[in-house]
Amino acid sequence: MKVTFPHLGSLSLVLSGLFADLGLEVIPPPPISKRTIDLGVLHAPEFACLPLKINLGNFIEALELGADTIVMGGGTGPCRFGYYAQVQREILQDLGFKFQMIVLEPPQGQLSELVDKLMLLCGDKRPLQILQAVYTAWCKIKALDKLHREVLRHRAFEEEKGATTKAYEKGLSYLQQARTPAEVRAGLRKALALLTQAKQKEKKDALRVGLIGEVYMLLEPYANLQVEKLLGEMGVVVERSVYLSAWIKEHLILSSMRLPGGLATKRAAAKYIKYFVGGHGRETVGDMVRYARRGFDGVIHILPFTCTPEIVAQSILPVVSRQEGIPYLSLSLDEQSGEAGLITRLEAFLDLLQQRRRKSLSRAFKFATS
Amino acid sequence: MSFSVGIPRALLYYYYFPAWQAFFQTLGAEIVLSDETTKHILDQGVRAAVEETCLPVKLFLGHVANLCEKNVDFIFIPRVVSVERKKYLCPKFLGLPEIVRHCLPNLPEILTPEINWGQREGKTLAELKKLAARFCHEPGSFHRALQAALTAQKLYEAKLRQGLTPQEVLHNEKAPLPAGNIRVAVLGHAYNLNDSFLSLNLLKKLRALGAEVITAEMLPAQAIAKGVKSLVKESFWTFGHQLLGVGNYLLRENKIAGLVLVASFGCGPDSLICELIERFYKRQRNVPVLLLTLDEHTGEAGIITRLEAFVDMLYWRKAR
Repeated sequence: MKVTFPHLGSLSLVLSGLFADLGLEVIPPPPISKRTIDLGVLHAPEFACLPLKINLGNFIEALELGADTIVMGGGTGPCRFGYYAQVQREILQDLGFKFQMIVLEPPQGQLSELVDKLMLLCGDKRPLQILQAVYTAWCKIKALDKLHREVLRHRAFEEEKGATTKAYEKGLSYLQQARTPAEVRAGLRKALALLTQAKQKEKKDALRVGLIGEVYMLLEPYANLQVEKLLGEMGVVVERSVYLSAWIKEHLILSSMRLPGGLATKRAAAKYIKYFVGGHGRETVGDMVRYARRGFDGVIHILPFTCTPEIVAQSILPVVSRQEGIPYLSLSLDEQSGEAGLITRLEAFLDLLQQRRRKSLSRAFKFATS
Repeated sequence: MSFSVGIPRALLYYYYFPAWQAFFQTLGAEIVLSDETTKHILDQGVRAAVEETCLPVKLFLGHVANLCEKNVDFIFIPRVVSVERKKYLCPKFLGLPEIVRHCLPNLPEILTPEINWGQREGKTLAELKKLAARFCHEPGSFHRALQAALTAQKLYEAKLRQGLTPQEVLHNEKAPLPAGNIRVAVLGHAYNLNDSFLSLNLLKKLRALGAEVITAEMLPAQAIAKGVKSLVKESFWTFGHQLLGVGNYLLRENKIAGLVLVASFGCGPDSLICELIERFYKRQRNVPVLLLTLDEHTGEAGIITRLEAFVDMLYWRKAR
């Protein structure tokens, strides 16, 4: 069995290690490239969302390298993601590939369904070994998230452009090599030390921008045209609202125990939207409210073109922006989006945020001297 | 106390209007419908909505704006989450009241009971009861209204099964003669197909070309169940489930000469469901498929040309 999976940010680091620990041969898809997207676009339905197209491209490239088992996530709706695998399977079959697809459906009340599917993958490994492998993977996810948060904080003040990104990539390779929780901890320490070694400018008042929106688009830098890096190198302190560890906690662990998660976000959204609208729509609204209340200068909303739950959120954001007093930029991205256009829009948005800051400063000054 | 309830002539109107009408009339309400779709109504909706919203929701906003001009006391926009177990409606129905509230100014009060039949039957009934209690204090009025609604809905669905389209039943039009030389199935959401402005009278045009038209509502639930049997995983959208089931059933039972798939541009569920149906038909290679995508720029001439060409091809295949 040669296992592959779709890319999602730095998840491939974790999954490659996990499957290898379970004694499986892993063929990770090649890093996402123009070819990946072209293949996805060629064979996927025309107005499916970008994540489906990129996933499909990943699968095709991995199958070409000899993979024969695809591990994919499922869902119970109403977001389209839950039905991706069903469509992708048919497309790949029509293309003539021979493979099996293992779809991990989120447990509806019982964790045992998911565990059964996982056992299919684990074969003859003992439960203790499996638990160890899963625990290491979990530690790795948490370490990756911690490292990423620090990178976003450091990049705005880097002296030499690109130094933080370089240190981040080095740090990722440390974590990739780690095979036990202790090694993960050591790797994280080394990676964080590397970050702080890079020279920093004086930390003066940088703009603070929050990233909100659809999960895949936020987590996969290739899909969001590296918006974090672009913003960071323009001197903006960025915070991302979604992290894989928090997502897993809420959607896999808490929900399988029928416990609600993400309460703070839901409470923040309640003034504008009290109900689940599928996908990440309600959280998008809640995250924007929370950034506004924490005094961020602005938020950037990222969604894949035609994403219905995010369009529901998008209909509400103008009202949130007015009432909470926070500017926002909504970026609907697909395979046609280009970096140059994005940079222009980001620059214009940041100019607006700077002006706003100056205005409120001078107003405060007048108030203080009058 | 007399009061008027406005119902937008869009989206779920085509699925559940008879039930809604019976419910509110039993409670003593006057029902006010928005006008039939015009360019002006659609334009109102397009202006109010964010650009990426799908066509039927834009149109819905236009119809709500139209109702506002009619000075109704309330507008009924239920939050329909699910109507059967383990299935949802499209996310846009879950957030419809919010979309309306945040996109249109100066609305009358909106009635938005949550219909979540698949997961919370009890809560749904409680919400409806609370709604009924606001308007009518007579004991037992809620049960009478609910019964009337269920009866009306049953009657409506029975009429659809006889081969009438929702538009024909709702407008009390005469049934067309069943005669037709070729049978063509038209699969798409009822709110697109039955709005004569949106669909550019697609169903009537097909009939005029001599086709006997079948839509998803005309088939019984067993047909859908038979159709989805071969799927690895059923769709979790109620309408998607229906379209997949009917599409597969008609293909397997060899019931039709051609299939017209109608999707609205940017429709999330359709992007996947239509893709699957198209693939299943292509594999069998004996029933031609025409895929029409509708948006606010769709022109009548283009649709007519494509329909004529498609029907011509079906005749030609039949003669061969």
